[in-house]
Amino acid sequence: MMWSPEYESMSGERRRELQFKRLKATVERVYNKVGFYRAKMEKAGITPADLRSLDDLKYLPFTTKEDLRLNYPFGLFAAELDEVVRIHASSGTTGKMTVVGYTKNDLGVWSEVMARSIASTGGGRHDRIQIAYGYGLFTGGLGAHYGAELVGAMVVPTSGGNTKRQLQVMRDFGVTVLACTPSYALYMAETAQEQGLDLHALPLRVGIFGAEPWSEPMRQRIEAEFGIKAYDIYGLSEIIGPGVAIECVEQNGLHIAEDHFLPEVIDPVTEQPLADGEKGELVFTTLTKEAFPLIRYRTKDLSILYPEACACGRTTKRMHRILGRTDDMLIIRGVNIFPSQIESVLLENGDTTPHYQLVVDRKGNLDDLEVRIEVSEEMFASEIRKLEELGASIRRKIESALGINVRVKLVEPKSIPRSEGKAVRVIDRRNLYNG
Amino acid sequence: MKVKQISVFLENKSGRLAQVTKILGANRINIRALAIADTADYGILRLIVNDPAKARAVLRAEGLTVRETEVIAVEVPDQPGGLGRVLQELDDKGINIEYMYAFVGKTAENAIVIFRVEETDRAVELLKNSQVKLLPESELYHY
Repeated sequence: MMWSPEYESMSGERRRELQFKRLKATVERVYNKVGFYRAKMEKAGITPADLRSLDDLKYLPFTTKEDLRLNYPFGLFAAELDEVVRIHASSGTTGKMTVVGYTKNDLGVWSEVMARSIASTGGGRHDRIQIAYGYGLFTGGLGAHYGAELVGAMVVPTSGGNTKRQLQVMRDFGVTVLACTPSYALYMAETAQEQGLDLHALPLRVGIFGAEPWSEPMRQRIEAEFGIKAYDIYGLSEIIGPGVAIECVEQNGLHIAEDHFLPEVIDPVTEQPLADGEKGELVFTTLTKEAFPLIRYRTKDLSILYPEACACGRTTKRMHRILGRTDDMLIIRGVNIFPSQIESVLLENGDTTPHYQLVVDRKGNLDDLEVRIEVSEEMFASEIRKLEELGASIRRKIESALGINVRVKLVEPKSIPRSEGKAVRVIDRRNLYNG
Repeated sequence: MKVKQISVFLENKSGRLAQVTKILGANRINIRALAIADTADYGILRLIVNDPAKARAVLRAEGLTVRETEVIAVEVPDQPGGLGRVLQELDDKGINIEYMYAFVGKTAENAIVIFRVEETDRAVELLKNSQVKLLPESELYHY
């Protein structure tokens, strides 16, 4: 079912007209209201008046996460702060958060694209939607919430955690749609089994899973364990949050809400746009946002765009499920983690940065992050108590910096393999991008 | 009369201890005493050897994390109650023990107990004129 058939199935020509009109308005907005964008465009020798067609998008400068960091917290806002009614934030590379803002209209757009997403999976006003994404600065919880309210579903805002209660609520309230991270869904399935709860006997029929990469085999497992259809949803707080793209019942790529977010795929090295069908870095330009518009934002997510019509009737471009990252960002339990954040903590901890390695695994269906730290002579003591205290203190500092639980393991020097003299910082055993 | 113990950080992996002793053997270093403290992930090997400086150097050269730790070595009569009297004396003098381990020397009349205490210098000072017999380095390493 389509929530907004007018926009979701509009002809390619009409969509391009709409996109161009909105692009021009957005570029004018940032040019006039945000010094950073104006300076960048002046440096590139381009003004809003130079935009003559959608193809001219490629002349606009990119925006990066580093730009967001440099303008922390509100430097890129293109609306008066009095107009901003909501703030969200995600982790940055060095401890500084990436902050985004929304006007009332922005929240309307977000609710709209989220409502489309829910409708795309077959959800509607008769559904009871359990939202087990975290509520708070993270966009997952509130984003899904507003969309679910807009479609008129019964919203069950459980937020994350307390898995036994999640399952009790799911059973007792007759939940039909579950929205959470795919790894948490698997963890719920495991807990249900331990509790002797038969998930197949519940009215649950749809799962909307996102905020972290997952694979086709993982989808099959979730579908089998719950007896539901599991849909992949894509979004990032910088662009708006969840709802940027969603699978339809065909489960063959994610339809992008193209009337609000203009997608491109570029070669991450040459920065040249790639043709549809080619794999590269996803770049988005927001077309309707007021408080936090972004021009050609480099997501660092790898994907492919498919322009072909879909059997579901939507005419929007589809993106392949995320195929990887161009940087070393990890998504663990839905939280963005950069190795550099851990490095900053270790730097604070002593005079020299010890060699470290992050090992990410899935244990009992839940992401597990182990931080291995090579014990240097400065850190080493012959008393177990002192070493245990050292490990615990590093763990506490990392946990407070990242906001997730980690395990710290002290290891021998040189036991972390080096390639070309540089330590291999991350081992991800989750196999997220396969299949 | 502080003496030197060599402390080595070892992960709980098979063959680690064999490797350390092999390095020491190849460099003709004799182990006088040894103790291991361990956790789930790692252990600390504590060694008394005949040549601590050389032991440290060769183990470091092999990439191990090594430290010299100051400890005291006490000669204890190898008979019932021998250790008890020493511990009582330490307690009376307010010397806190971090860890300890014992070995029997070649003569078999006395045992040697190695103590890691909180404040080594203070402990040595307090024990100087007591019943507790501290062994100097020269004697300990070749005991």
